[in-house]
Amino acid sequence: MADKIVTEGLNAYFGDVRAVKNVDLRIPERAITAVIGPSGCGKSTLIRCMNRMHEVVRGARVEGRVLLDGKDIYSATTDAVEVRTRVGMVFQKPNPFPTMSVYDNVVAGLRLNGERDWNKLDATAERSLKLAALWDEVKGQLDASGVSLSGGQQQRLCIARALAVEPEVLLLDEPCSALDPIATAKIEDLLFDLKDRYTIVIVTHNMQQAARISNFTAFMYLGELIEFDATKKIFENPERELTEKYITGRFG
Amino acid sequence: MVAEASEHGRLDHAGTGMAKARKHSSPIGPLASTGDMLFKYAVMAVALFTLVLVWFLVLMMLFEAGDSIAEFGGGFLIGDVWDPNREVYGALPFVFGTLLTSAMAILIGVPLSVGVAIYLSELSPPWLREPLSFLVELLAAVPSVIYGLWAMYALRPVMVDTIEPFFKTVLGWTPFFEGEPIGLDKFTAGIILAIMIIPTVASVSKEAMMAVPLSQREAALSLGATRYETTRMAVLTYARSGIFGACILGLGRAIGETMAVTMTIGNANLISWSLLDPGQTMSSLIANNWGEADGLQLSALIEIGIVLFVIALVVNVFARLIVGRFMKAVPTTGGGL
Repeated sequence: MADKIVTEGLNAYFGDVRAVKNVDLRIPERAITAVIGPSGCGKSTLIRCMNRMHEVVRGARVEGRVLLDGKDIYSATTDAVEVRTRVGMVFQKPNPFPTMSVYDNVVAGLRLNGERDWNKLDATAERSLKLAALWDEVKGQLDASGVSLSGGQQQRLCIARALAVEPEVLLLDEPCSALDPIATAKIEDLLFDLKDRYTIVIVTHNMQQAARISNFTAFMYLGELIEFDATKKIFENPERELTEKYITGRFG
Repeated sequence: MVAEASEHGRLDHAGTGMAKARKHSSPIGPLASTGDMLFKYAVMAVALFTLVLVWFLVLMMLFEAGDSIAEFGGGFLIGDVWDPNREVYGALPFVFGTLLTSAMAILIGVPLSVGVAIYLSELSPPWLREPLSFLVELLAAVPSVIYGLWAMYALRPVMVDTIEPFFKTVLGWTPFFEGEPIGLDKFTAGIILAIMIIPTVASVSKEAMMAVPLSQREAALSLGATRYETTRMAVLTYARSGIFGACILGLGRAIGETMAVTMTIGNANLISWSLLDPGQTMSSLIANNWGEADGLQLSALIEIGIVLFVIALVVNVFARLIVGRFMKAVPTTGGGL
């Protein structure tokens, strides 16, 4: 299996604070990679470095390399905007655009790229909503406001919005932390279905979730990558004592 | 006066004004001593006095305008003649002047203000944002007569020599730029008004934009939006009601502004669509004529005042309803109303 994203000596800072320390990680293509670890361990910061969202925060900076298909996304010739169209992101709290309808939310990214053809927009909206397992629930209310949906539906709407621009990688930053168990199960099913087509990286504080849906797991602690391996290996027979302690709930 | 009245309404909301005094209970228990009771009734009387004063003002205006109201009735609003020799008075040229100059102020001032607000909220580094915001708000505290002086001695020459000839050359074929550039006309008045509403519109818009959650900007950025697209798609749409309210607030200031307009508009009681012609607004008419007016003319001037009062009140109440939650940011207007 080829590596889609490779980080080399990655350091991420907020001002003087180093949140990610010397991380070397290889994210395999068309699989789900979970990033786990206690709160504040830098797991969200790590994935935000993968689509150059980290630098959006004032005072934040990145050192090291992040290779997307072998090309450094932090090189001087790379455009952050282009990186973000290839590497989509779903955030912790659902953030649909409140002034836009369900439909307009889904096609927002396409419109940014200048797409004006209604047939194409309609087709993309339907396809993306189906991929996000939301179509059957909202097909009758595409004109309703994006924020009129339930929390779980809003999060799937955000997934549909991210998928509509046809990214190669989907980064999810604790996408279920604000959702109830039923909505969480729906999103997990959907990610499971998507992994044949997309490279998925999901940050989660829920170890059961990582064990259930991911193929690979990275364990982070205090900004460092402690261990990365197949999920089965991490959960059944980890190499490092620290990983085992965390998995078995002895800290964190 | 009106400014005081609205100030008062705000104090009531905060619970420090009359509403609280009337409730017969204070946050630290009952008033025991005679001294405290006296204190309470003294401040209550002051608070009630401002209310009485506003009503007294309104009643006096209605009373003084009585002759004019009786003479011209509803025709006053559409009458386009103001002739003290024939004792014929109509408000239309001045309503027209006020609306036209205010519309210009909005048309020119709003894009500039929104630009300022976008820079302050979205693009400026923090070390620059605070001092710059402060300076923008400080512009609202400059007395309007200073703006008027500046307009006459600094802006007018530029208008006469450069800006007005340019517009006359390019748009001279439209009815809006007929006549000779003189610099004391509706164009100059509209531009000075535009400058004067910038502090209000910019700082309220900035507050509205800064209230947009970061997650909205991140949503746009993560879809591959540029900074410009993020601002347009996530910030301006989210903050649109606040920005709209800021514009109405600016409109309120433009409608009521007196001194700077009186000094620049040329003071001619005529209705002309050409911006290069002098004109007159409701407030500038009053400022120019109250000294010599008596009898029916004075009564008509006061009726003009009532019309201005009602328009300004409606606009301001409307604006405050929309931007209520950003009101902390509204700078005290020097010459508004």
